[in-house]
Amino acid sequence: MKILVCISNVPDTTTKIKFNESNTSVDTTGIQWVINPWDELSLTRALELKDDPSSGIKSVTVAHVGTASSEPTIRKALAIGADDAIRINSESSDAYYTSAQLAEVIKKEHFDIILCGIESSDYNGSLVGGMISEFLGIPSVSAVSGIKIENGQAVLVREIDGGKEVTSVPAPFVAIVQKGIAKEPRIAAMRGIMMARTKPLKVIEPVEVDSLTEITVFEKPAPRSACKFIDPENPGQLIDLLQNEAKII
Amino acid sequence: MSVLVYTENWDGKFKKLSFELVSYASEVAKMINTSVTALSIGKIEDSELIKLGRYGAGKIISVENELLKILDSQAYSSVISEIAKKENSSVIIISNNNTGKAVAPRLSVKLRAGVGSGVSRLPLNTNPFTVYKKTYSGNAFAHVVIKSEIKILTLAQNSFELIETVDNSTIEKMTVNVDSSLARTKVQNVLKQTDKILLTDADIVVSGGRGMKSPDNWAPLTELANVLGGATACSRPVSDEGWRPHEEHTGQTGKIIAPNLYIAVGISGATQHLAGISGSKYIVAINNDKEAPIFEAAQYGIVGDAMKILPKLINAVKELKK
Ligand SMILES: Cc1cc2nc3c(=O)[nH]c(=O)nc-3n(C[C@H](O)[C@H](O)[C@H](O)COP(=O)(O)OP(=O)(O)OC[C@H]3O[C@@H](n4cnc5c(N)ncnc54)[C@H](O)[C@@H]3O)c2cc1C
Ligand SMILES: Nc1ncnc2c1ncn2[C@@H]1O[C@H](COP(=O)(O)O)[C@@H](O)[C@H]1O
Repeated sequence: MKILVCISNVPDTTTKIKFNESNTSVDTTGIQWVINPWDELSLTRALELKDDPSSGIKSVTVAHVGTASSEPTIRKALAIGADDAIRINSESSDAYYTSAQLAEVIKKEHFDIILCGIESSDYNGSLVGGMISEFLGIPSVSAVSGIKIENGQAVLVREIDGGKEVTSVPAPFVAIVQKGIAKEPRIAAMRGIMMARTKPLKVIEPVEVDSLTEITVFEKPAPRSACKFIDPENPGQLIDLLQNEAKII
Repeated sequence: MSVLVYTENWDGKFKKLSFELVSYASEVAKMINTSVTALSIGKIEDSELIKLGRYGAGKIISVENELLKILDSQAYSSVISEIAKKENSSVIIISNNNTGKAVAPRLSVKLRAGVGSGVSRLPLNTNPFTVYKKTYSGNAFAHVVIKSEIKILTLAQNSFELIETVDNSTIEKMTVNVDSSLARTKVQNVLKQTDKILLTDADIVVSGGRGMKSPDNWAPLTELANVLGGATACSRPVSDEGWRPHEEHTGQTGKIIAPNLYIAVGISGATQHLAGISGSKYIVAINNDKEAPIFEAAQYGIVGDAMKILPKLINAVKELKK
């Protein structure tokens, strides 16, 4: 069985986000780029599965829609342990466009399990995984917090309101993963970093697809009003304010 | 034309979330001069369905089918898209919860409809159709133009007020054919925990961080949540250490919540933590370091030792409830 992990290239989560002068795009100077945290965890779990010979997982590939500027992030995924990588050479203009590109690749090269994160930390779309599955007409399971392979069949734990469900769907399928999928992201060892340089990274040109959405303007979040400090000797005053000023209790 | 809103039910009951969605859909419908059709999937009584009318649903469609007992994203999205076509819907509204995240992207591809996901306000404009959405985990907001003919909006939880209106609703039961080859999700086992208030539903949340020092110190925090009728949460290191269950972890890599009141106790306020709670209406911080970044996000703050302050807060709430 083959696993594909879709990775998105995002600013490190502590980055202060700034925009260009017209507020139409994000100013990328000085940004430290990383693998989207969920995708790093998906990759970790995919590699853990592959490490266990009884799982029957033969290879782990990563795919990314982005320009050459994201290659360091792809190399990092290879250094962590992915066997090979595919980059679709295009800006990812919106979720529909990005998913259509990834679906094209998956149609050509067969994968049994496709892993996507629940959301990218830049666009916060929660869309790409589900869209890929619909483009391919295959099942998708969302909010997946655990994946195991039992007798050649994937068993998925998904989060539902107020609990969890242990589910299965026939392969090929897309699993949209969230917290719990792996404990800590695997980090690249020196040997991995050396090997990553020679691992295959295939660059594919995009197919023609129209995007359906477009970001026109960015805004900073509205500043919160200054914090009102309450005398620590008399915290009861807080309760009074919550009741009479904020009117929320 | 119509606005279609998918109203999820839980064991035959709607939640505030469902009414929030219908209220939002009604306001969107006003903006484009059309009416609201609410869709409910699964077994539910008319007495419950009719409640959607109070928030502005003109037509309430109820669909039941054995194959829809389990949430299968493929089966659900095909049913919703069929109804959307029948109702000639130009805008479809779904919650941005687990179900919405499973269904909306598939629906988007089926209907070639652009999605504004996690919107927290009414559309900014209807021509071009522009929505306001969180990006960069709350560090920026974007105006997103949806260019397709049909638009899908997923509404962030707890981001819209309930608006009651005159009830002119009618209920319509519809039968749908579900192709069994589309409902391929098998559920082997369900692990439910329904005894307490769900964190994502709670109006009030009391949350503890590493400043609580030890899992043995949680009793006053839990008690404050109890007397306020709220739920408990925690920061990531707290759940990583196993001091609290993983379900409680809030933040970018945990749950994203938007209660009316979030009380952060011994939490420093890292950006990744704030990413999960910044939608809260009011944030209260209790921290012994007056320089802690959490105070920049909070409207009310107390600088001091949590262990001394919590018991006094509990007493003050008890006094109030007398
Ligand atoms: C990719 C990534 C994702 C992450 N995702 C998340 C996430 O989803 N959620 C999350 O929470 N974190 C997340 N983190 C971790 C985050 O960066 C912080 O490390 C974490 O939020 C800190 O938790 P804390 O506030 O409980 O602890 P600390 O930062 O250690 O803060 C403890 C606070 O308690 C105060 N304190 C100490 N003693 C007392 C006392 N007696 N009374 C009152 N106050 C006291 C201190 O002044 C301090 O401000 C993530 C990090 C990364 C890199
Ligand atoms: N440009 C991209 N290339 C490859 N995968 C992506 C890309 N953008 C998003 N994804 C995948 O889709 C998931 C959800 O992203 P989003 O829909 O943007 O929230 C991410 O966690 C990735 O797995």
